[in-house]
Amino acid sequence: MAGAGGGNDIQWCFSQVKGAVDDDVAEADIISTVEFNHSGELLATGDKGGRVVIFQQEQENKIQSHSRGEYNVYSTFQSHEPEFDYLKSLEIEEKINKIRWLPQKNAAQFLLSTNDKTIKLWKISERDKRPEGYNLKEEDGRYRDPTTVTTLRVPVFRPMDLMVEASPRRIFANAHTYHINSISINSDYETYLSADDLRINLWHLEITDRSFNIVDIKPANMEELTEVITAAEFHPNSCNTFVYSSSKGTIRLCDMRASALCDRHSKLFEEPEDPSNRSFFSEIISSISDVKFSHSGRYMMTRDYLSVKIWDLNMENRPVETYQVHEYLRSKLCSLYENDCIFDKFECCWNGSDSVVMTGSYNNFFRMFDRNTKRDITLEASRENNKPRTVLKPRKVCASGKRKKDEISVDSLDFNKKILHTAWHPKENIIAVATTNNLYIFQDKGN
Amino acid sequence: EDTQEKEGILPERAEEAKLRAKYPSLGQKPGGSDFLMKTLQQGQKYFDSGDYSMAKAKMKNKQLPSTGPDKNLVTGDHIPTPQGLPQRKSSLITSKLVG
Repeated sequence: MAGAGGGNDIQWCFSQVKGAVDDDVAEADIISTVEFNHSGELLATGDKGGRVVIFQQEQENKIQSHSRGEYNVYSTFQSHEPEFDYLKSLEIEEKINKIRWLPQKNAAQFLLSTNDKTIKLWKISERDKRPEGYNLKEEDGRYRDPTTVTTLRVPVFRPMDLMVEASPRRIFANAHTYHINSISINSDYETYLSADDLRINLWHLEITDRSFNIVDIKPANMEELTEVITAAEFHPNSCNTFVYSSSKGTIRLCDMRASALCDRHSKLFEEPEDPSNRSFFSEIISSISDVKFSHSGRYMMTRDYLSVKIWDLNMENRPVETYQVHEYLRSKLCSLYENDCIFDKFECCWNGSDSVVMTGSYNNFFRMFDRNTKRDITLEASRENNKPRTVLKPRKVCASGKRKKDEISVDSLDFNKKILHTAWHPKENIIAVATTNNLYIFQDKGN
Repeated sequence: EDTQEKEGILPERAEEAKLRAKYPSLGQKPGGSDFLMKTLQQGQKYFDSGDYSMAKAKMKNKQLPSTGPDKNLVTGDHIPTPQGLPQRKSSLITSKLVG
């Protein structure tokens, strides 16, 4: 295929990279989630150390601006700390599993961040004025001796350097026995769901001491356990509808109007498998690691180990589109099982118009599939390509046989360099791609 | 085994054969159930909270240099009030994505 990128002739260029250059990665710096807010102006990352870093796109006011604004640090805070579960003598990791933004209602921004057990609602607000001229206090806060006060004045607000403050407004705790894998805000903007391996709970954003259980797949006898919940999401428009995916490759769509406990699905999406094709690995590689509705709400996308599938909500018996991410790994499953890579949970995302989907792979490669042109492209997130406005060169993996020039053979792939988290700006062709500890931002050259 | 059959075998099956050759005790269960148990695995168990605190302290010592006592600190001179206390310095390390 031609050098132009997949997807309406988008030409992807390097824009920015954040993070340390050195190869010695501290565990806390491993990026665990990436998410644009609804306008795309803010980009949040969460890491294994429980920290959140928010970047803000700078507004274009330059006469000679050659690209969309750059993303610079806006706020950073410690969202979660490591805890100890005294009852079970287990550590609760502070790693941020997911961040989800609330739509903006006023001057402040709100997001939900979650680790394995606790969800927190954070308010991020700007302060650019402060009161000065108190009667009873000095400017540094110390109290004045009242006998020295001889006149009264009215304190006034004076401008100050912009300060961005993050404060936890709600803490939603103690509702999950198992590890939270997903949070999703409802289109009613009042409720949200949180899902762990066996249960899904419904919360009201204002209420922290109560949560409704809406799905429970825990069997009475744990020996009978055959599948777990891997991801869940609310429908973007129907506030009564949500889906959850399983480790067996199925997706269940539930309607909260049908009953209080949605253990019985309204729809079950499953692609029939040829039983003669089954192997030891079949179930593992069919496990769905991510599910995302399209912006339109008509489709949903699932990611399993080797492919991305697009489902039409009106058709349960098979996906309408299937894209192979790295089919060449099928003949490497044995070693991928041994080094645990087969359990890697890749995410996927839609572009703003639902015409292109993106997901990560190994060797710091990521893939895009254009649903209209059926073209796909493989790109690499690497500091070697970091000249702004230079179009990224497509990559190709050679599965077998003679390796062409510029191709990389499967055996040369670095399986420690995995891109699990990617995000696409809701309106523009700007993407955020997280390698292990670096965040790359790429833009369409034609901006 | 028949050579013709081998060529027709799915790459997955060939990989499964490799795995079983390496680990004969793999058992007849499909790969899924080990995966489930692994998923539900709750993490590292500690003997008790003291054990946990010690483990965390050891990790912290590796990451941060230990600070000596502040020689300028005066204690016992007066009853402290919130206004009089120095600002507590954050001991948390900032993410490398910043700056």
